[in-house]
Amino acid sequence: MELLGSAILILARWDVVAALVVGSVGGVIIGAIPGVGAAVAIAILLPATFSLDPIVGLSALLGIYGSSMYGGAIPAILINTPGTAVNALTTYEGTPMTERGEARRALSLAYSASFYGAVFSIVCLILLSPVLAWIAPMFGSREIFLAALLGVILVVLAHRGQILLAGMMAGFGIWLNTIGLETLQYSQRYTFGQTWLSGGVDLIVVVLGLFAISQAFVLLVEPDKRAHAEPITGGLLSGFKELAVYKRVAAASGSFGVMMGMIPGVGEFTAQFLSYTYAQKTSKTPEAFGKGSPEGLIASETANNAVPAAAMIPLLALGIPGEALTAMMLSVFYVHNVIPGPGLFQNQLDFVVAIYLALLVLNVLVLVFLLFSTNILLKVIEIPTRFIGMAVLTLSFVGVYSLRNSAIDCAMAAGFGIFGFIMKRFSLPIVPIILGMVLGGIMENKLRTSMMRVKTPLDFVDRPIAFMLFLIIIIVLASHAFGLWRGFKTSRESNR
Amino acid sequence: MTQHREESIHRPGVQIFIALFVLFAIFLLSQLAAETRFVPNGKLVEQPRFWPAIGVLSMVCFGLAQIALSWRIKAGWNPGEVAVWLRAFEYLIWFMVYVAVVPVLGYLATTMAFTISLALRQGYRDVRSLGAAALLGLAIVLVFKTGLAVKIPGGAVYEYLPGPLRNFMIVNF
Repeated sequence: MELLGSAILILARWDVVAALVVGSVGGVIIGAIPGVGAAVAIAILLPATFSLDPIVGLSALLGIYGSSMYGGAIPAILINTPGTAVNALTTYEGTPMTERGEARRALSLAYSASFYGAVFSIVCLILLSPVLAWIAPMFGSREIFLAALLGVILVVLAHRGQILLAGMMAGFGIWLNTIGLETLQYSQRYTFGQTWLSGGVDLIVVVLGLFAISQAFVLLVEPDKRAHAEPITGGLLSGFKELAVYKRVAAASGSFGVMMGMIPGVGEFTAQFLSYTYAQKTSKTPEAFGKGSPEGLIASETANNAVPAAAMIPLLALGIPGEALTAMMLSVFYVHNVIPGPGLFQNQLDFVVAIYLALLVLNVLVLVFLLFSTNILLKVIEIPTRFIGMAVLTLSFVGVYSLRNSAIDCAMAAGFGIFGFIMKRFSLPIVPIILGMVLGGIMENKLRTSMMRVKTPLDFVDRPIAFMLFLIIIIVLASHAFGLWRGFKTSRESNR
Repeated sequence: MTQHREESIHRPGVQIFIALFVLFAIFLLSQLAAETRFVPNGKLVEQPRFWPAIGVLSMVCFGLAQIALSWRIKAGWNPGEVAVWLRAFEYLIWFMVYVAVVPVLGYLATTMAFTISLALRQGYRDVRSLGAAALLGLAIVLVFKTGLAVKIPGGAVYEYLPGPLRNFMIVNF
């Protein structure tokens, strides 16, 4: 109770409340604009939050992260265009519902399922906190190294169909992180004698280039798209009643979201896929899926929104981001000298609980905002895409230039922008670059420090958690290799 | 999702991109000895060369494996795709000109000029669109520089303004 009181005190400030309101409302608006998404917005806003208190900056970014998927459901349902990539599955059920005149029902269901998923996930987080606080100190250097290694492996393997490319990009990220002066032997790495490379490549520059500037290029180069959606009449609260009818699907989808969110590199897509498949397989009307099934919509939106809060677990407890957005948030922590990891749970548990509460508040704010302003948001969908591209390019300048007023940073970000633009045109994996950069740095530090006490290779896994992580890595790799072998065998048999 | 990913690497042009990337990785590998240090008698994981080597070797090995795997795919060469890549360079130049002009003319004037001229370049000619572009530029400056006080230096031209106005412009615009 004392902990809760102390967490509420951290949040009870006008600037935190303002950041939550701006972040959550802004996140919904950004999510509703097809082609922008939370990653672009967070990348742009990241440097601006460096001058704010950690809880203020994080509240704004969490607001965007947690609310963009609510907004993304609006164009997914009304105009068959997902606002954010993770709303793609929502189009399967939302659009047919809109076509048969049930747009209000679909939106209402999406809002209530999203709200349920998010709150379910936050409650799980709060309940898990004492367990995490107990386990977190058991993570020393070698455990964190193994967890980061597992994160890299999972991120690569999560890109089924592009695993080799994902591995290549993760390697690129690891290499990018090594550029500049290394602090153990004080030697330069890959600077080619250029002083401007001595400081290394800033994560924010890469993030802004790969996510924001590349997206601006995509929008500016492609023809203008203008959409129109019919206004919604009637209330949007009825979804909660219908959600209660499908409570089994909602509970299962929320659980999938929490579980997948906690595992680094897995995220929303797998959670959605598992939830949707489960909902279809256990449904009394599986034939309705893809034709406007409320169960499918609930599965997709609940799983989506359960992920952000759960993704904070590896970030806060171990300092290991599971995907690009939490990797960006990690830099906010570092800038303010708040080091996520076991120490945070031991020494600043009130701060952690404050973050959970902020997530809870922002979901309430988003729901209230959506209930009253969905029709206003329809105007946002109508903004021409090239105009949005223009805005993103102009805003990207603030993000990069405000870091250290360096034209070289801007040139590097623009270079990464072109690189990201080409990758986006081919739908190639960008996220492994960011995670390679972040996790590569963590692995380098932790491996060095852990090797001081390691005499033989077996010493590395002689602690229970280290052994468990090592075992998980082996199981993950073995099951992937088995899957490959089985696929190869099947294709060889079918060729015969 | 998996099927979409598999299809995407079969698109014309993607092989060129991967080949160029692998060539870059091979170049980095060739520079490994020159650009990183090896400390004699030091532990392997403490070598400054260790992690760059892991990164570069991953790039080369995964890249070559990808090329070997897609050898049979007749994705081919598409000059049109490369032309689209080059079109993006135009906006890179726009962006870099914007970066170069801000310290001279100041953030407010440059941003408004940038958004309006970019809107014109995008084919928007009506007053409403151009007005919206100008407003966008103004709003960005007001939010970030005036409101959030992000670190963007004042323009060199502000030096010619009278004292109090000069300070006001440097701080806010």
